[in-house]
Parts: sequence; structure tokens; C-alpha cells
Amino acid sequence: MNRPLRRVTAVMFLLFAALFVNLNYLQVIRAQDLADDNRNTRKLVEEYQLQRGSMIVGRGEGRTEIARSVDTGGRYRYERRYPDGPLWAHITGFYSIVYGRSGLENSANRFLVGDAPEQFARNLGHFLSGRERQGDDVLLTLRPRVQQAARDALNGRDGAVVAIDPSTGDLLAVYANPTFDPNELSTFDRESAISYWEQSEQDRRNRALRETYPPGSTFKIVTAAAALEDGASPDSTYPDPQVYTPPLTTRGIPNFGGGLCAGGGQITLQRALEVSCNTVFARLGNEVGAEGLIDTSERFGLNAELDGFVGAASSAIPQDLDPPAEAQSAIGQRDVRVTPLQMAMITAAIANDGMLMQPRLIERVQQFDGRVVREFEPQPWEVGGNDDGQAIPQRVARDLQQMMQGVVDNGTGTAAAISGVDVGGKTGTAQVGEGRAPTVWFVGFAPVDDAQVAVAVVLPEGGGVGDDATGGAIAAPIARAVMEAALQ
Amino acid sequence: MTAVPAAGLSARRRSNTELGLLVLAVVTVVSAYSLVGLAETQEFPPGLLTYGGALAAMALAGHLASRRLARGADPLLLPLAFLLNGLGLVMVRRLDFAQEATRAPAQTVWSIVAIGLFIATLAVIRDHTVLDRYRYLIGIAALVFLLMPLLPVIGREVNGARIWLRIGIMSFQPGEIAKLGLVAFFASYLADKRALLTIATGRLGPFHVPSARAFGPILVVWGVSLSVLVFQKDLGLSLLVFGLFVAMLYLGTGRPAYALAGTALFAGGAFAAWSTFGHVAARVGTWLDPWAEYESAGFQVAQSLFALGTGGMWGVGLGQGRPDLIPEVSTDFIFAAFGEEIGLIGTTALLLCYFLFIGRGLAIASRARDDFGQLLAAGLTVLFGLQVFVILGGVTRLLPLTGLTLPFISYGGSSLIANYALVALLLRVSAADETTPVKS
Repeated sequence: MNRPLRRVTAVMFLLFAALFVNLNYLQVIRAQDLADDNRNTRKLVEEYQLQRGSMIVGRGEGRTEIARSVDTGGRYRYERRYPDGPLWAHITGFYSIVYGRSGLENSANRFLVGDAPEQFARNLGHFLSGRERQGDDVLLTLRPRVQQAARDALNGRDGAVVAIDPSTGDLLAVYANPTFDPNELSTFDRESAISYWEQSEQDRRNRALRETYPPGSTFKIVTAAAALEDGASPDSTYPDPQVYTPPLTTRGIPNFGGGLCAGGGQITLQRALEVSCNTVFARLGNEVGAEGLIDTSERFGLNAELDGFVGAASSAIPQDLDPPAEAQSAIGQRDVRVTPLQMAMITAAIANDGMLMQPRLIERVQQFDGRVVREFEPQPWEVGGNDDGQAIPQRVARDLQQMMQGVVDNGTGTAAAISGVDVGGKTGTAQVGEGRAPTVWFVGFAPVDDAQVAVAVVLPEGGGVGDDATGGAIAAPIARAVMEAALQ
Repeated sequence: MTAVPAAGLSARRRSNTELGLLVLAVVTVVSAYSLVGLAETQEFPPGLLTYGGALAAMALAGHLASRRLARGADPLLLPLAFLLNGLGLVMVRRLDFAQEATRAPAQTVWSIVAIGLFIATLAVIRDHTVLDRYRYLIGIAALVFLLMPLLPVIGREVNGARIWLRIGIMSFQPGEIAKLGLVAFFASYLADKRALLTIATGRLGPFHVPSARAFGPILVVWGVSLSVLVFQKDLGLSLLVFGLFVAMLYLGTGRPAYALAGTALFAGGAFAAWSTFGHVAARVGTWLDPWAEYESAGFQVAQSLFALGTGGMWGVGLGQGRPDLIPEVSTDFIFAAFGEEIGLIGTTALLLCYFLFIGRGLAIASRARDDFGQLLAAGLTVLFGLQVFVILGGVTRLLPLTGLTLPFISYGGSSLIANYALVALLLRVSAADETTPVKS
């Protein structure tokens, strides 16, 4: 072989060696990165080959699939559909080839794709026999009738409703306006998904679970709980000034509307809650002190992360409060921020004789043929140093139940009354700034002696009626409608 | 050199080797075809026997032709070509399933036609020195073929490259055939003008250079390959023609200076093209960072890399990947589909097949008894090797991406025909070296 030919052979060898080295680099060293790159739709396409489990609400005749997979026969095979999507959107979330997963689609993904640890043996069997894996269904605690009632009662106004079964922590309704249509994001039509994503940004904010608001006077039930634990009773009496001025400040706290709560003189704690007397509760805030207020709040779950499938934001009360802040926080102003879910949970705990339950959203996971994969039992929420979920002593909870019934029977919450049923509740009207409509609230439960439902309703912009909005006028009727639906 | 065994015995043994290897190739291809069928429908593909029979018949026809018409020729080239061709057919069939297309029947017909032309080439060109005699005719024909797609009416631009001819319903890339003509022309020209080119008769400053007369054709080819780059927007073909040209110039003259000068010329031209023409600069930009242009120009290479990465060491299995996600997967990017489904193990095997092919081609060159035969064999092999390198380099982002077919495997008739013709020519040179008595 002559020399030029030898050299050309050597160059050819080098070129192929370079190809070989590069292939090793791509298919061994970089392989995992490339395979897992989120732009590598192979995994996504594979994911869409699987029939994802359904999300099911209601039992028996009311049983409804709120999310299910439909075989399109296309490259991405199973498209996710949400019958009545906007009604459940803040729970189901979406399942998009462009934007991934959110809500339960994300938090319960493992079950929906049939990959629960309980299914290991089945999946191995299917793998070995070459059968297609199928996702498992999740059965939710939500009740269609209650959810519908929440939507109907809000009647298009911005706001959120959370309803809970106090004894189990089951979420019965989680609804918020505005809402969005998850079908529009879960479509295989990329362009249309992208355009909907851009226009629905505000609508996707989850006002029931992930947005926090000042609780206003509804927080007085927490202040009252702290005072009762401190030795007060519903019959304890307090001065009734027009303005209460906390220590270390000259800025007084007036009553709502500026008047007296009981014509001057003395007022009982019971009556102070019924008429939502700011001066009394501001004073109580200073009496129980920052420590008492924060401690009680935290036993109800503030300043804590909630685990599980709900994906709620945490609610907060500042860790250090000076006396003016104590007084303000005691009436739910200043920096106290809560989610509607949190207020519903506090109310539910009071209705449940002080026992705080973890909110339960998934009751059961089962195969498409009905075989149960996993049951989720009701669990108390051990948090903030409470005693196995006992947020406040039973005695205190019972006193509060009676006081809250007074609010509905002859206080600010009469609009929540249901004939033939004892209802407890508390109104709230939080000022959020000069010239802005207040955030109005109602929290309630029924029946008082054996609560089946606790509910929190919030309308951040006063429900659209302007500065005059109050929780008693705007939010209480919504709460009543939802509680009625739950009691049917 | 060791003693050459009796020509007849050796030739028969070689032919038998070829036959055995062809049987192996057919078995491999039929197995791969069955795997694809199993992956698609959980059943052996219907007509498996017919398919296997047709493959065996094609292999047998090719084999008999080389046995009869190219006695004693290299026994590896045809089986390698047939194996790659068969695996390509399987992949095209598999891609049809993924893309709901029907390319496989056409590619099967092209394969039969290509083997027919392989046989015809061996039958018509009984002695490769015939090509030497029609040097200029071949050279001019090659240039015409190369530039033909620039013509109005019949020239077609596809995916930005103007390399297609379309007459009636038939379309083909004349460049594929032109490349072979160019090799024959270079080989003949260089074998003839070797002395002239080796002796410097002129001066350019301090350098001794050959006369302008000897340089003339070289400059013409340089101009043509750059015009291919510029007007046909076909980076791949121009790179190929020029690489081939530089290599053959070096092989013909034995002077590294020519290779260096040629490379410098091409580098200069390429740089000018890069700074002048948007599409060249864009290609380079995409090569340097395909992820930055993921949604547009970088998409194709990115998908190819995803496929290779997903395949990893062992591959996801024939028929189990998602080659439909890669644009142009049946032609330029078919290797990425293999990378995903048969992994590094499989791509390495393919690479070895090509490398073995090139090794045999260069061995034929080294054993050729005449200058023309040696340059022809070496040139054809370098052409083949560079084409494999440039397209695989593009698909694996070792080089900027240029549209070239992967010999024998990519979907496309022109390329298949040209490459079988290339095998026929190599076998012809190889057979000549076995049958003509040793010159000493």
C-alpha cells in the first residue's frame, strides 16, 4: 500500500473514530439528560398512551366523572376531558401537553397513572404479559350538589366557597370565581392551548385554596377561643366604649359604623360576638396577648404547611405582635392572612368540639373494575402543638358553638338562618384600603349540636356592591344555600 | 507479497464466502423485519415468507452476477451493501407504520432496480479501463448532471436545496450519479497528468507551482463545487465534492501540499459563503447551539439528539420508539431512528459495517494493478466514506447539518442506485486485480 493511500486510510479511520466517540457521548454519557429533557416529548407521548384514571365525585345515582380520558386514536392517544370543567377546575387542575399538570392531576398523578405502590405486583404482571397498564380512579369527597350550590349562590360574583364535613374533614365543596375551563388547556391543539393559557392567567388563580385574605371579624372566633381558654366565659362582661385605644398608641379602634355595641356600660362576651364588637375583641387581643393569640391560631393550623393532595397555601399570623398589632390582629386586620380553606377548617374544628381534621379530598383509589387500591381514613391534624388534633378544649368549643349560634339567631348573621335547623356562624367585613370595597366573609356550621357541614365564604371585592358590603348581607346568604345543600 | 494461490480456486472460495455472508445478511434482515412486525401488531408480519423469498432472490441474483461477471472480486462488499440495504428497507417499512406513509413498496422496487443496475454495470463494464478512455465525456456529463437542477422547469427545490430533477412523475437527484462520474474523471485525469502535476514548472512568489494548464481543471472543479454550495444551497454535496477532490489530488500526486492548498481554498470559499450567504451562516449557528433555536432551525437536530439519547445503550427496541417525532426521518435522519430503537449497540454495528466497507474499498485500491484502477477504487471509497461521515456527523451534531442520504439505508432511489453502481465499480476493479497477471 502506498503512502498517500495509507494516510487517507488513517484519516478515514479518524473520522469514524470521531463518529464512534460522539455516539458514545450522546448515547451513554448524555443519554439520561437527553431522554429526560422536558422538550423531549417521547415521555409525554408515552404518558398519553396510557388510559389515565378518572376523578369521580358523588356516590350511587349522583356519581359523576369530573375528569376522564378519551381515546382519540391519534399520536397522543388519550385526551383528558372535563365534563363541566369550570365547575371543578380549581380541584381537578389541568393536564396539558404544553403546560404539564396542575391540581389533583398533579398531586394524585401517581394514582391516576396506576403507579400506586399497592399496584406493583399488578403492574409487574402486566409488564411481563405485555398488557397495557391502566390508570386507577380516584373517588373524591366532593359532593356535586354542594358544589353546584356554591356556584349558583355566588352567581357569577368573584369569590370562593369551601365546605367541609367537620367530623371527617371531608371537603364537600371547593369552588371559586373566576374559574377556567381545563378542557381548553388539556386539548392536543397546541396553538389553542397556548392562546387560552395567556388569556386565562387571572382565572387560574385558585381563590379557594391558594389565595389569602384578611379574615376580618371572622377571626374573632379565634380571639374568643383564646379568651375562653384564658378563663373567660360567654357571660364575662367588658366595657363598651365607642373607641378602644390599645397601649403604646394613640390610634383608637372604633366599632363598625362608629357607634356603641350595647348602648354603653357593660357587654357580655356572647353579645360582643353576636354584634361583632370591635372594641371588646381588640381589648381581648391585648388581654390574651400576642402569645395567646398566636398559640391558638397555630393550633388551628396557621403558619403551617398542609400536606396531602389539596395543595393549599398556608395561612399566616405574624410571629411578633406589639400591643397595637395584637389588638388589630384580634379583629382580623393587619397582617393576618388566611385562605378560605383555613377559615372553613377553623369553623369545622369548633363545630367538631375542638377537633381539627385534615382536609380530606380523596376518599378512595380504585381500579376501573372497582377493586379498592387504597382507602384514605379521616385524620386529625396534629399541628401547632395541639393535642392530637384537639385545637381547643371541648368546653371552649361548646361555648363557641353557642355564641356562634347567637350570631345567626340574633346578631349580624341572621341571613344564614335555616328554618328548623340551628345554625352557628360569624360574619366578617375586612377593610382592605381606602376607597376599595371590603372583603366580606361568612363562616358557619349546622346543625349546631351535631354539625354535618362547616362552610367559609369570601367575596374579596365585596361581591360587587361597593363600600356598603358586609359579610352579613352578602356572604351569609351564600353560606346558607351551601349548608342547605349539604344538609339535604 | 505472499504467493498468490491458484486464481480459480481462490475465486471460487471468495464467491462461496460472499454467498455465505449474503445468507447471513438475509437472515438478519428477515429477523429485523419480523421484530418490527411483532412490535406493530403482536404478530409475525403477513407475507414474511414472500418477503424473505424476494430478499433471497435479490441476494442470489446479485451474487450470481458477481460470481460470473466479477470473478474473484472482494466477497464482503456485496453482503455489506445488501445488509445495509435490507436494514434500510426494514426501517423504511417501520417508519411507514409510524407515519402512516407508504414508502416501503417504492423503496423495495428501487432496491430491485438498483440490483438490476448493479448487474448491468458489471455486465456492461467488463473492464474498468473503459472509463479511462471516455474521461472527458464522463467529466462533462458529471458536471452537467451536477448543475442540471439549476435549470428552469425540470429543476426542483426541496427543503431549500435545489438538487432535484422532476420529469413527469419521476423525480431523482442527478447529483448522486454525477458524483460517481466525477470520481471516474478525477481518477482518469490524475492518473494521466500525474507527472505534470508533480513537477513544478511555474513560480508564484517563493513557491514552485505546476503550470496553469495543469491547474485549470482543478480550478474549474473548485468553482463548480462552490457554485453548488451557493446556488443549489447544498452544503453537503459541495463539502463532499471538495473533500473528494482534495483526497484524490493527494492520492494522485502524493503531495500533501495539494491537499493543504485545496483545503485552504475550500476553507476560504466556505468562509466567504458563510459571511455572505444567510443560509450558510444560519446552518453554522444552528450547529453551534441548536437549543437556542429549538422551536425553529434547531428542532430537527434536537429531535435527533433526543432520539439517540432516549435509545441509550440498548435502544428501546425495533418498532418501539417514536421516530415519527423526527423530521425527515426516512431520509437524512434515518440513523437517528436506528439510534433510538437499537441503541448504541446497534449504531455501533452499523458504523462498523460502513467502516468495514471502506476498509475493503481501500484494500481494493491498494491492490489495484493500474494507477487509474487504484485512484478509481480509492476515490469511490473516499466518496462513500465522506458521505457517511458528513451525514452521520450532521445527525449527531459533530458537524453542521447538511442534507445527504445515508448510503444504502436512507429512503430514496437515486442514492440507492448510485451506491449499488459504486459497489459494482469497486468489484470490477477488485476482480481485475485478481484476474490480470501480476505485473512486475
